[in-house]
Amino acid sequence: MKANLRSFWRRFFGDSVRAFGVVSLIFLVSLAIAPAKNFFSEWRHYQHGYLKMIRNRSEANTLQRHFKSGIQQIWIPDLNVVDRCTSCHVAMKEASLTDVATQPFRPHPVIPHKLDEFGCTICHRGQGAATTLSEAHSSTLAWEQPILPAKYTESSCGECHRNWLMGTPVLNQGRAMLARFGCVNCHSVKLPDGTTMKATDDPPSLSHIADKTTREWIYAWLKDPQAYATTATMPNFKLSDDDARDMSAFLIANSTPVAGDSATVPAKASPDPTAGASLYGESFCASCHAVQNAAGNVVGGDVGPELTRIGSKVKSEWLQGWLRNPRTFDPGTAMPHYRFNDAQVATLAGFLEAKTDSDLLSNVHIDPATREQIVHGKRLVSDYGCASCHEIAGIKRPETFAPELTRIGSKPITQLLFLRGMPHTLPDYIAGKIRQPRAFSPGLKMPQYSFTSAQIDALTTALLALNERSSTLPPPLTVPAPPKSEYQPAGKAGKLMTDLACLSCHRINGHGGDMAPDLTWEGSSVQRQWLVDFLKTPNTLRPALIRRMPRFNLTDAETNELADYIMTVYQSPAVDRDSMPQSGYPQSQIELGRQLFYEKYSCQGCHIVDTKTDKGYIGPTLTQVGSRLTAAWIYAWMKNPQALRPGTIEPNRAMSDEDARALTAFLISQKGAGKQEAAKK
Amino acid sequence: MIRNSTSMAALLTVFLTASLATSCSRKNASVTLPKPATFGAAIVESSGGKQMAQTGSLLPQPVIVQVNDEQGNGIPGALVQFEAAPGVSFDPAYGLTDSSGQFTTNVSLGGMAGRYQLTAFTFDKSHKRIELNLQEIALGYQQTVGRRLNDQYCDRCHNPESTVERVSNYDNLEVKPHAFAEGDTLNKISDADLTAIITHGGPALNRSALMPPWGNTLSKADIEALIAYIRSVSDPPSRAAGPIYGKD
Repeated sequence: MKANLRSFWRRFFGDSVRAFGVVSLIFLVSLAIAPAKNFFSEWRHYQHGYLKMIRNRSEANTLQRHFKSGIQQIWIPDLNVVDRCTSCHVAMKEASLTDVATQPFRPHPVIPHKLDEFGCTICHRGQGAATTLSEAHSSTLAWEQPILPAKYTESSCGECHRNWLMGTPVLNQGRAMLARFGCVNCHSVKLPDGTTMKATDDPPSLSHIADKTTREWIYAWLKDPQAYATTATMPNFKLSDDDARDMSAFLIANSTPVAGDSATVPAKASPDPTAGASLYGESFCASCHAVQNAAGNVVGGDVGPELTRIGSKVKSEWLQGWLRNPRTFDPGTAMPHYRFNDAQVATLAGFLEAKTDSDLLSNVHIDPATREQIVHGKRLVSDYGCASCHEIAGIKRPETFAPELTRIGSKPITQLLFLRGMPHTLPDYIAGKIRQPRAFSPGLKMPQYSFTSAQIDALTTALLALNERSSTLPPPLTVPAPPKSEYQPAGKAGKLMTDLACLSCHRINGHGGDMAPDLTWEGSSVQRQWLVDFLKTPNTLRPALIRRMPRFNLTDAETNELADYIMTVYQSPAVDRDSMPQSGYPQSQIELGRQLFYEKYSCQGCHIVDTKTDKGYIGPTLTQVGSRLTAAWIYAWMKNPQALRPGTIEPNRAMSDEDARALTAFLISQKGAGKQEAAKK
Repeated sequence: MIRNSTSMAALLTVFLTASLATSCSRKNASVTLPKPATFGAAIVESSGGKQMAQTGSLLPQPVIVQVNDEQGNGIPGALVQFEAAPGVSFDPAYGLTDSSGQFTTNVSLGGMAGRYQLTAFTFDKSHKRIELNLQEIALGYQQTVGRRLNDQYCDRCHNPESTVERVSNYDNLEVKPHAFAEGDTLNKISDADLTAIITHGGPALNRSALMPPWGNTLSKADIEALIAYIRSVSDPPSRAAGPIYGKD
């Protein structure tokens, strides 16, 4: 061995010239390593592959001309972004290559941004400065953000866009869920504009719960809320039998009666068994409340709670009191005060009380509460943070009950504890935590939600958008959310409108629901007499609509109060009521309008003027439009419907003044057959 | 000394081969398919084909396939496997059929917008592979915008199907509009003509005035998005919508 080494040494370094030659050679070879590495680099390999691919295409010359060899880079100094992705993804802007299925040669799909201005990693994450596939796409020791999986891409839109976007349904859903499922009741989320995200789930106060329900029901509900209602947003806290027993004991013991709650209704329910169902239908309860039908489908709105098993929950006196006037129990409820008479209350209450489920409470047997149980229950109620969502007398709402999520989207991976077998990425961590919070540690308080996979993806998307960049972006680079309107109608009529919960369905001045038409300019739009008649007996304007305005049993004084307020206050500055007369149009102009309606503009595709010939189901029926709308409104609407009601689907036809006037003349002459006959009498 | 180093080298070699062997065997052992109890004669779709989802996302409904015997009855215990282009994931990707002969899987589509071909396969008694191909549609940004615009502005007339929430206006129209999935008709109309008819209404192409002009209501980008959506749902597929991503 030693001899071998010696002969080797002599052979290469025997004399100085030989040694010099060998050393130079080694030096040269080592110098060549860097250029060789560059020559055999991945990006060069892809660029060669691209050139080979485009060679045989008909537009080869154009593609060749667009192609730039070498490392390519997009630099956005404002955001401190350097992206070299286009070194391999060479055809990002070649629209003619849409038929290519292999990456990295696909062109980028159309998006509202220019690739040169936004680069790649702003939306897709990954390491932009890297020039190898694995370093750019995967997380490394030096760079822990891998490429964002495609299902979360919309989170990147949310970093700058705080408003609702048509192209990001997943992000929109996730953001709505953070509020709708009360996530932000426990986790605070500070938005970049300085506000804090508010929940929209409106959990009921528990201070008077003994009026409403029994301890047995509370126990069953605490054990498994979804067993009572599949759509319940309250999560499952996985309580032990004893804990649920003690919490229910405390909640009942802690409850005080509602002041001013009157006794039971003296009237008896209608003997007709179908009367309750038809009153439920006529009052359009299903617009807000869902019921599970025989096929197991949950049918109805989700503004109010599901009523499938309501009879197993509420006490009869409470239900009657609530139906009589829900605002006595909850001043902020979304439910209107229907002004039912005693017989109606009894009928409706009887109908709802029959919706029971004998299985729900059959196995619940709890002994009367002991003092220890109540004390223990109180401790549990504050430990589980119940007061973060519910108002509970004697328990303060905890300020910061759960970790703040303002910058959860850029939480360092080194700070996360992963489960075994789980991919070590932030999206996987967030999704895993939402899917099964207690899997991370048995002592955690976060409850178990029953979200679908798609819902978890949406929530994860919304949470990933809450990150370092989104909270530190300079304001000129962001698209703010539209300012939140807290509009409330004023005065006596305003009080009446709050009582009727008009804003639960209608939007006015940017505040309210979207189930029913926007009423911001209602005063410019309709005639007073029509409004009065409609408030007294709402009849449908759209034949195909299933959600309609319910009847509120208003007194004449109340109707007038409302009509006066709407006619005076909800006036559009763009519509001058006196600019167009309500009648007196020449017959020739009316005829011209009729022709335009049926021929040039073919309005009968969506509207009905003559019930014998027209069938259009999309817009409102216009048989009596002349008694409903003002001429000035019709004219302005013809000219530009979106200016009066943004987002309406009536197309803007860019009508000439003459056409608009003729159509107004024709429409205002449609007073309705019934009305004309009534007028003759 | 020398003996020592040779033994060291030998030890090192043994260690290296051992670790190599384990790493290789681990790779091979990654998939252990369940043993099928029965073998079918055909594999058919029960539900879940031709769904739409955004790129990378879960299809709204699971894909359900059924393995049948010669008489066309579902058979339990047959092995079903799914494969598709890279980026598509199945949960689960293989398994045995249930008591009614069905196998259910949840599918997430790949990151590129377009059509994805899913292949479900099983083996018959002679161990011949029998396949079923399904297509699903992944919507990119533009198609997503187009889909929403379609739901808002177009669907009530262009979709003859009614739902509880929304009654179709199709039957009320004297001249019937084309459903957007009617590939045979719509694939023949160029993007320029579709743009013209949406922007300026039916009369622009000598068609019915019941199709109103949307050029003053929708932006140019909106109309492009609508066309991208129409092309992506077309049946048979429109060539302009791009390739079909399948197993390589």
